[in-house]
Amino acid sequence: MTEQTLMERIVKFRSKPENQSPHAQFLGLQIVDIEPQRAVIKIPYSKDMAGNASTGILHGGLVTTALDSASGLAVFAALDEFMTIATLDLRIDYLKPATPDKAIFAWAHCYKTTRNVCFVRGVAYHEDRDDPIANCTATFMVTARAGATAEDRLAGHNTEGEV
Amino acid sequence: MDLLSLVRRAKAEDDFSILSSGIPYMNTMGIYVWEDQGQLTTTMRADKKLTGNPRLPALHGGTIGGLLETAAIVQLAHDQDTENLPKPINVTIEYLRSGKIADLHARARVTKQGRRVANVQVICWQSDPEKPVAAMHGHFLMT
Repeated sequence: MTEQTLMERIVKFRSKPENQSPHAQFLGLQIVDIEPQRAVIKIPYSKDMAGNASTGILHGGLVTTALDSASGLAVFAALDEFMTIATLDLRIDYLKPATPDKAIFAWAHCYKTTRNVCFVRGVAYHEDRDDPIANCTATFMVTARAGATAEDRLAGHNTEGEV
Repeated sequence: MDLLSLVRRAKAEDDFSILSSGIPYMNTMGIYVWEDQGQLTTTMRADKKLTGNPRLPALHGGTIGGLLETAAIVQLAHDQDTENLPKPINVTIEYLRSGKIADLHARARVTKQGRRVANVQVICWQSDPEKPVAAMHGHFLMT
């Protein structure tokens, strides 16, 4: 399968709302861009996700969710075929508070894949990736499952199995 | 009431369940604080909207991270003497098992409380505390 075809399949599959995970649908998570090894997602601002009602600044948990989602997608975009993946660990450095009322973008790059483990770095930001809210490094296990269809594997992208 | 006033009230009344009224994220995610056998416990209620993998099904990893971070902040608000809200500097989340769509309980321990920075460890589990779903450690700024 060529990279272009793989990208097209990922985008086609994930662009259908029914193929988004229930949590992604709940957050209104959108795929902004996807290319080999890289992905960008967006989560709109919601005051319901603030960590402090007085300031409206988003809770770190939402930044974690954005980075985990973008990182998983970048791993899919780096693999030669559809595989099931599971987050092994995720480290986040919080560089500055998110600005209220602004959507969060998360960019991730899967810079190394091996047979069992994939390595990712990512950045969360508002408008400018060079002015980040948070940085992350993550590792994923590749856990292909016999009998699953390609679309099944693509749907299962988070904390998938025991690793 | 602002969050810092809520923390003061929670300490005065020894009731940390009131914190969620100042943290919209907790209400939206169904996260609440209670005391289990004398230990502060932070729980995220089972809810289909937290599903990250509908095929298993399993909780979204980001929601697990959000619970762990909340548990750390609540524990620090409980333990600390300073008059500031803890701010996360960095966190590392280790995913150990897939989280089922069931209640997820977290318990945090302040490993070191420095003057400016605190180190916190958190684990979370579902039916059996001996089978953790995820663990987190992180640094929080206290000033």
